[in-house]
Amino acid sequence: MIEQELKIVVFRLKDEEYGVNVLNVLSIERVSPITRVPKTPAFVKGVMNLRGAVTPVIDLRSRFGMKEKTADDDTRIIIVNTEGMDVGLIVDAANDVLDLSLSDIEPTPEVAGGINARYLDGVAKIDGRLFILLRLDKVLDKNEIIELQGAAYEV
Amino acid sequence: MDTSEYLDIFIEESKEHLQSINQHVLLLEKQPEELATIQEIFRSAHTLKGMSASMGYDDLANLTHAMENVLDGIRNGKLHVTQQLLDSLFVSLDHLEEMVMSIAAGGDGKKDTKELIHILNGILEEDAQDKAQTDIRNEDFSSYDEFERSAIHQFLEQGFLGYRIEVTLDKECLLKAVRAYMVFNALENLGDIIKSEPSADLIEREQFNQSFFVTFITQQEAATIESELLSISEIKKVTLTPLQPLSSSEQKKAVEVDAQKGSTEDSKKNPQPKSAKTIRVSIERLDLLMSLFEELVIDRGRLERISSEVKNAALQETVERVSRISSDLQELILTMRMVPVDQVFNRFPRMVRGLAKDLHKKVDLQVEGAETELDRMVADEIGDPLVHLLRNSLDHGIEDPEHRIRSGKSEKGTITLKAYHSGNRVFIEIKDDGAGIDADKVLNRAVQKGIISENSARTLTGRHVYELLFAPGFSTAEVISDISGRGVGLDAVKNKIESLGGSVSVDSKAGEGSTFTIQLPLNLSIIPSLLVEAGTETYAVPLPSIIETALVDPEDIIMVHKQPMMDFRGKVIPLVSLNDWLEVPQEAKLEETQRAVVIVKKENKWAGLTVDGLIGQQEIVLKPLGNYLDAPFVSGAAILGDGQVALIIDCNSLFI
Repeated sequence: MIEQELKIVVFRLKDEEYGVNVLNVLSIERVSPITRVPKTPAFVKGVMNLRGAVTPVIDLRSRFGMKEKTADDDTRIIIVNTEGMDVGLIVDAANDVLDLSLSDIEPTPEVAGGINARYLDGVAKIDGRLFILLRLDKVLDKNEIIELQGAAYEV
Repeated sequence: MDTSEYLDIFIEESKEHLQSINQHVLLLEKQPEELATIQEIFRSAHTLKGMSASMGYDDLANLTHAMENVLDGIRNGKLHVTQQLLDSLFVSLDHLEEMVMSIAAGGDGKKDTKELIHILNGILEEDAQDKAQTDIRNEDFSSYDEFERSAIHQFLEQGFLGYRIEVTLDKECLLKAVRAYMVFNALENLGDIIKSEPSADLIEREQFNQSFFVTFITQQEAATIESELLSISEIKKVTLTPLQPLSSSEQKKAVEVDAQKGSTEDSKKNPQPKSAKTIRVSIERLDLLMSLFEELVIDRGRLERISSEVKNAALQETVERVSRISSDLQELILTMRMVPVDQVFNRFPRMVRGLAKDLHKKVDLQVEGAETELDRMVADEIGDPLVHLLRNSLDHGIEDPEHRIRSGKSEKGTITLKAYHSGNRVFIEIKDDGAGIDADKVLNRAVQKGIISENSARTLTGRHVYELLFAPGFSTAEVISDISGRGVGLDAVKNKIESLGGSVSVDSKAGEGSTFTIQLPLNLSIIPSLLVEAGTETYAVPLPSIIETALVDPEDIIMVHKQPMMDFRGKVIPLVSLNDWLEVPQEAKLEETQRAVVIVKKENKWAGLTVDGLIGQQEIVLKPLGNYLDAPFVSGAAILGDGQVALIIDCNSLFI
């Protein structure tokens, strides 16, 4: 039997490594000027000019209730597409594409990296590294309030 | 034949023809004896039949054929235009439309049309019986088509003699075609052959029995012809029947038919006689052209910026030229995308007719300014809201005939649909001469539905009351009818129109009727705008919403109930700080000095928007923000010359 594989784009937020299905990823961009959009949630950083298309950008740290970080050389914007929307996600770094076999993926514990299991597709352990797989549709659902599990986490 | 590549053209043209038939049948209803109208219908039906037959849509072809027969009956004066006839034409049109739609949607265009064809044929037969006693000569002439009939008529008029000659060949004749050929040859030396039965083609192939008929125009005597023909061997018998001049009514018919025949032929060579040199371009290509041009506009902005920074005379001159040319290009592309609003309006007469019948009301729809042009994209979207408003006028506006007579109006109500340009916008008005809107009823309903409180209801007057009609969850119809008032009320209309960058308002006078006015932008994607500064941010304000810009001194600002106001041309208008409104992050509060104000309007309401600076005017390309963001005060975004994104302010939201 052919083992089913999954390609993920790996990125870093704080001290954890995360993955999103490569099929959802359009491109990985360096940080470029972002125009603030008034009266939007704090995690929405604004819109950017992505080769002529106006694309909304959200700060993933802020989306998960972590403290925001000023952009540095490693900061990247991952442009993802889900349910017909293009959205840019600001992450601390993005530098890897990995092949996972589905058997590497374990069901999510209650909380991983401080994020509720609702927003996760599971965790994968490879060579001692742990990847938290995000459920993009939930992460981008504006009606979802992603509360941090464990108030002490951010302190 | 592989017809797939013609399918798009077929669908497009079929729709056009159906629309034309629809319009003309409506006309026919008003002027049943108008021959030109019938000709127009006949022509469209005929083309449609031909097209669908060659595309292999038999049901479509059969039904149009049956229609064609009926139409032919009308134009030959055999049939009278009756209500029953018109109704069955309309039903046929509905069927045809359904079939074409099915084909457009990828279906096979099949439909059971037997019953309908039966009805159409029934109309023909019924009438044929009525006319059973038409004279025999008329029957004779019916074997000629219009062209032949008119040719015969003309010759007879010029003093020629006409004969219908029956030529019978000898039974033993072996080479019938050769003999027939000799007959034709002999006749051609004596005059003109109008027609042969069977056709010359069939005769040549010997597809006839012992005899054939020739209709012949000559100046020779019958005896000469007879002897000439009998001199050909193996000819057994020649019978000449003289043709009688047509009766005057037939003459008239023949002439008219002749004139029409000519134009039919013209139109075949030249399907659009008015604009002979046009080509069809698919809408996708135009859209592509537009989006390419939008890219160009963005780069033009960038070039202008660079040139102003570099300050090189040669570069500046070139950039100016490029800008000028691209402005011309822009105008051209935009006009290419413009379509007459008639494309939207043309289905309404039919719809109103149907609805009026259903509602047992008498309504006359008057269309004005159908030639007014607007962007295709707007035209595509505006149909539904207009349908809704028309239904609304028919259902709630126009009273039933008894009611109208009682209130001293004519039995027949009038709905006027009017389009016109004004400035950079298109206006569409829907006006009825019905009962008008009962303001008290509207207020009661609004309070009852919890849209406004009883207290605020008392303060509202005039237009403000009618505005309530557009509030979500409002419906004034006392009886929920099929036509309108199905809960998806006027708020849906308002939303749709606003999403197109337009607005809708209503005015009404009790007893005299109501007018709904829709305002729409001429085009949606390239907007002249004023760029303004707020803090470190740049925003674009669309020029159509701007009245003018001004400067205001701090001491001229009046505080009224904590709301800053200013005096502007004798009018006290509210002032809104863009920075506060859009929560622009600010460094230390600026010292109060003279500030720039952009005076904006929505309908007849004005407001002043104070900004930190005016940057200048620029054509910007509207880009949607996408579904993800829900930004209430922003109608879109634009990419500026430096590649940054600027948000476009939705001035309408300033007035809520």
